[in-house]
Amino acid sequence: MINNIVIVLFDGFAFGMLLFVLSVGLTVTLGLMNFINLAHGAFGMVGGYVTVMLMRQYGVPFLLTLPLAFLGAALVSVVLERIFFRRLYRSGELNQVLFTIGLVFVAAAGATYFFGTGQQPIVLPSWLRGSVELFGIRFGVYRMFLIAVSLAITAVLFFTLERTRFGAKIRASVDNQKVAQALGLNVERIFAITFALGSGLAGLGGALAVEIVGLDPSFGFHFLVYVLIVVSVGGLGSIAGSFLGAALLGIGDVAGKYLVPELGSFLIYLLLVAILLVKPTGLLGKR
Amino acid sequence: MTHNQTSAIVESPARWIRSRNRWTIFEILFWIATLAPLYFFPAYLNLASQVAITALFALSVDLVLGYAGIITLGHAMFFGLGAFTAGILSSRYGWGEPISGLLLGGMVAALAGYVTSFLIVRVQHLALIMVTLGLGLLTFELANSLRWLTGGTDGLTGISTWKIFGYFRFDLWGYTSYAYSLAVLFLGFLICRLVVSSSFGLALRGIRENVQRMPAIGSDYKWHLRKVYTISAAIAGIAGALLTQTTNTVTLEVLSFQRSADVVVMLILGGTGRLYGAIIGAVIFLVAKDQLAGINPQYWFLWIGILLMAVVLFMPKGILGGLSRLIRRED
Repeated sequence: MINNIVIVLFDGFAFGMLLFVLSVGLTVTLGLMNFINLAHGAFGMVGGYVTVMLMRQYGVPFLLTLPLAFLGAALVSVVLERIFFRRLYRSGELNQVLFTIGLVFVAAAGATYFFGTGQQPIVLPSWLRGSVELFGIRFGVYRMFLIAVSLAITAVLFFTLERTRFGAKIRASVDNQKVAQALGLNVERIFAITFALGSGLAGLGGALAVEIVGLDPSFGFHFLVYVLIVVSVGGLGSIAGSFLGAALLGIGDVAGKYLVPELGSFLIYLLLVAILLVKPTGLLGKR
Repeated sequence: MTHNQTSAIVESPARWIRSRNRWTIFEILFWIATLAPLYFFPAYLNLASQVAITALFALSVDLVLGYAGIITLGHAMFFGLGAFTAGILSSRYGWGEPISGLLLGGMVAALAGYVTSFLIVRVQHLALIMVTLGLGLLTFELANSLRWLTGGTDGLTGISTWKIFGYFRFDLWGYTSYAYSLAVLFLGFLICRLVVSSSFGLALRGIRENVQRMPAIGSDYKWHLRKVYTISAAIAGIAGALLTQTTNTVTLEVLSFQRSADVVVMLILGGTGRLYGAIIGAVIFLVAKDQLAGINPQYWFLWIGILLMAVVLFMPKGILGGLSRLIRRED
């Protein structure tokens, strides 16, 4: 029994960390510009396809594809941001929602055109496969790798935000965009850079997710709901909130499906609605 | 709203409401044109019924989204509740009388709408979108797990709908289905038209334009929002029950996120906050889907995505908004 609890917590936490990497970029961009980007999951899909194609077509090692997945998604996002998204910063939230959903539709159709509708499996290097036994419980190696990578990313994010000049600029812009602008910060440029970094992280998350949840053209839709839950439960603009929200969602999702499979994702959605009613700004959100 | 219009309302609200309630020649022609499928396109009557039902659903969304400004991504919840109510009534209890099925479907959905409206008025912005989305997904999962009641992923079978008024039998070609759907759509439209052309409708516009100011002028905006949400849920439920009765099947699809998202897309396409936008949007969306999916079903997504992006960038007020700007009759 206790073993089962430990394994559910472990698998759930690993899944939660995956969700964190996928969604933390959206948290920051939403907090910064109030731009509701539902296409965030589609950037994850870009990262996933970059990894799959590099590994399969060119035999690039898995670890090396991860930074390339980051770069690929970041590059695509910069182009889209410059052409389309910046026109929509001042329009209403409905227009943002619709435009970015339209983009997810197009991305799904594009992925179908280039890669087909099938699942895209990858073969991990042997040292990431299998499991290790600790105290009589078997832990998956890949999930341990996932947790380690995510914690490292979290540490880098916190350091960047709290200890660097650029981080201070981002925090200032999130807190009060108008005053930050008045003090001479180029908020639009800060946003463009943050947007690219956040989308890159989504791409990295997408690459890491291929092994856990698979990859097909519906990835952008499928993860949209998860990502939105993490962001809204955690609170806009709060990285710590996203971390908490992602861990809660991951553990809740795995535990719910393991303990009461007949209810499916019912409990997750119930939790989502309940949290938002008690705290409409999310667990750690300020606004 | 344009400046001229606003000042016209301020000068004499009563006269403005009277003028909104008058029927124009365009409207009368429009409704006569809806009879065309019965005589000219009998091969498309089933599609026409689908369009009429979806248009009714889109009207219900226009009430909350277009007039009250509540962005909802979970309205299929009410459509599905109505559909399952009518289906369960016939499949489990053997009661297939259509009119009472419609009313009961609408009532169940209205009850759910009234209860959830208390949650809706508590939140704004992203949290509001997420609560509607969450409630929609919640209902879907619930229906999926209550297999004994809803049939789970297989859906309900063995639904039979009796003759309307004990006289009009549902025929194979869809004449009765379309006439029935169209009649219900028209009645639903009349109700929506009454709602938005009343002082209550004006209050809703006020909420959409500036929530903070409504309490300042003594308007209980939360009560208004709860009312319109309940009315909208009832209409969506009736549309759902209509779908069950004209197709004699219900699957979980009626509750899906896809349905919630599609209806918003149609509404935006046609133009929000003008009722006819909902109907035009449903016609264009479903006819285009029927034609394009016939050519290549995979790229339906591509077209709808491009269409959405184009509408947002170039026609923020939808097709009707663009048209009315073209003919300089801003409304």
